[in-house]
Amino acid sequence: MSTAAGEYTPQELMVVCAARQIRDGEVVFVGMRLPLIAFALAKRTHAPTAVGLFENGLVRDTPSPELLLTMGDAPNILGAEWATRTVALMGLLAQGCAQLGFVGGAEVDRFGNLNTSYVGRREHPTVKLPGSGGGADIASLAGRLAIIMAHDRKRFPERVSYVTSPGYGDGGDWRERVGLPRGGPAAVITTLAVLGFTDDTHEMELRSWHPGGSPEGVRAQTGWDLRVAADATETPAPTADELRIIRECDPQGFWTR
Amino acid sequence: MAEKVLSMAEAIRRYVPDGSSVALGLALEPLIPFAAGHELIRQQRRDLTLIGPISDILFDQLIGAGCVGRVKAAWVGNVSEGLGYNYRRATEQGIPRGLEVEDYSNYSVGLALLAAALGVPYIPMRSLLGSDIARDHPAIRPAPSPLDGTPTLLVPALQPDVAIVHVQRADAEGRAHVWGGLGVCEEAALAARGVIYTAEEIVPSEVILSDPNRVLAPEMKTLAVVHAPGGAHPSPVQGYYNRDHAAFAEYHERSRTAEDFAEWLREWVMGQPDRASYLAHLGDERWRSLRAREQRLAAPVDYGY
Repeated sequence: MSTAAGEYTPQELMVVCAARQIRDGEVVFVGMRLPLIAFALAKRTHAPTAVGLFENGLVRDTPSPELLLTMGDAPNILGAEWATRTVALMGLLAQGCAQLGFVGGAEVDRFGNLNTSYVGRREHPTVKLPGSGGGADIASLAGRLAIIMAHDRKRFPERVSYVTSPGYGDGGDWRERVGLPRGGPAAVITTLAVLGFTDDTHEMELRSWHPGGSPEGVRAQTGWDLRVAADATETPAPTADELRIIRECDPQGFWTR
Repeated sequence: MAEKVLSMAEAIRRYVPDGSSVALGLALEPLIPFAAGHELIRQQRRDLTLIGPISDILFDQLIGAGCVGRVKAAWVGNVSEGLGYNYRRATEQGIPRGLEVEDYSNYSVGLALLAAALGVPYIPMRSLLGSDIARDHPAIRPAPSPLDGTPTLLVPALQPDVAIVHVQRADAEGRAHVWGGLGVCEEAALAARGVIYTAEEIVPSEVILSDPNRVLAPEMKTLAVVHAPGGAHPSPVQGYYNRDHAAFAEYHERSRTAEDFAEWLREWVMGQPDRASYLAHLGDERWRSLRAREQRLAAPVDYGY
């Protein structure tokens, strides 16, 4: 893909979209993989006072000085505001202290439920995925949830076969009915688009398609009749500044190429 | 006080028999006790129950080597690379043997260990409500709070037979200092019937006792202390060495098939009698390139009165 700021990869655009979910001053439960670099990008652009919680037991108000492949890498610990226990951080999440959380998924459905556990029957899975990690906790307890996914029909079934991380269940007020204290998916950032959820039914809808794509292209890669928001538009391309910072953070392109 | 220092082989032989439930990999990505795990493989332990939060390839290795009958964990795979091929082969095809999986999340496995650490039967939580993890879990149970009637899930206490914890330093009597993100190390060490520490350094007790706030758990829980420099490689140890990202990528490639994994296992585990020979096999240059490049000492604290 390309823009006035130059060529960029789909992963770089996803990092930019993820970073744009972070508002200045927010407490963010940072997940594995792309969010590690999205948090660093947001801190260095529009959200300098955001605070990151890492489930291995870290709180940071500065981005890591070096690229992280995992949240437990040594550079993420040096300069942390607090190094503690997973349960202490999860307790903050459970209280409602984190306004935003990130998770990745293998499959996501019409109501934002995520499967990262079993493809096929649980007793005899055709693919055994790694599992929840902290993902199901973040999906249960964060104020808003941002999901990061590759986008194709297989990964976007109408209904996931296994709910590892609860989204909006079967829609409407499902979260309230099962007793989840707050939250739910706010954004699904994919290789093709950024999607959101309607206010009432909590069904997924297309909010923006990535440059070079189209609403029809996104719908063709989604396993149900995907709604398109009335004000849906093209995803704004990364700025030169955003691309520069991403490439400073990830010079070898481990996450972004 | 009695000395608890044992060799790795003796500590594993004495305290981790077949059928044990073993908590390990408790700090998430750092401080993973690979040296201890490899000794379990060399001693051909069978029917182990592995307990942990996320597990970065050590669970996958133990599963591929046929040591494991059951997993109670939040995530099993390769954090920087993705899936764990041995975990997939075991759960999908029963190779090298079938595996019973009890799915947790990081919070719920932490609470299960905390409940055991506190000596209570369960801890209520509101995470996982409505999830299939809760629906299918054999022990987690839904129940309204007796105080206000709101929905909760009861997470029963989970007591490992033994927790294996890699630490920066320990004394011979069984007290350990550990720093960095702690994951569920503290909950697991307090919950377990006993703890084996594998340590980068064995230091005089005065060093440990100079900072009791940094001690993970009381010495009464300690079964053994093993001097295991480099014992967490390829995972990182703050202040000692960084994560060997390339080793995780190499393992990913070399575990795609059962045959490739057997070859990897021969080279890195069965063919290495102990951690010293493993590090020699890794090579000086690579090992030096991973070592911490500069000291970043914390300010001392004053316990005077």
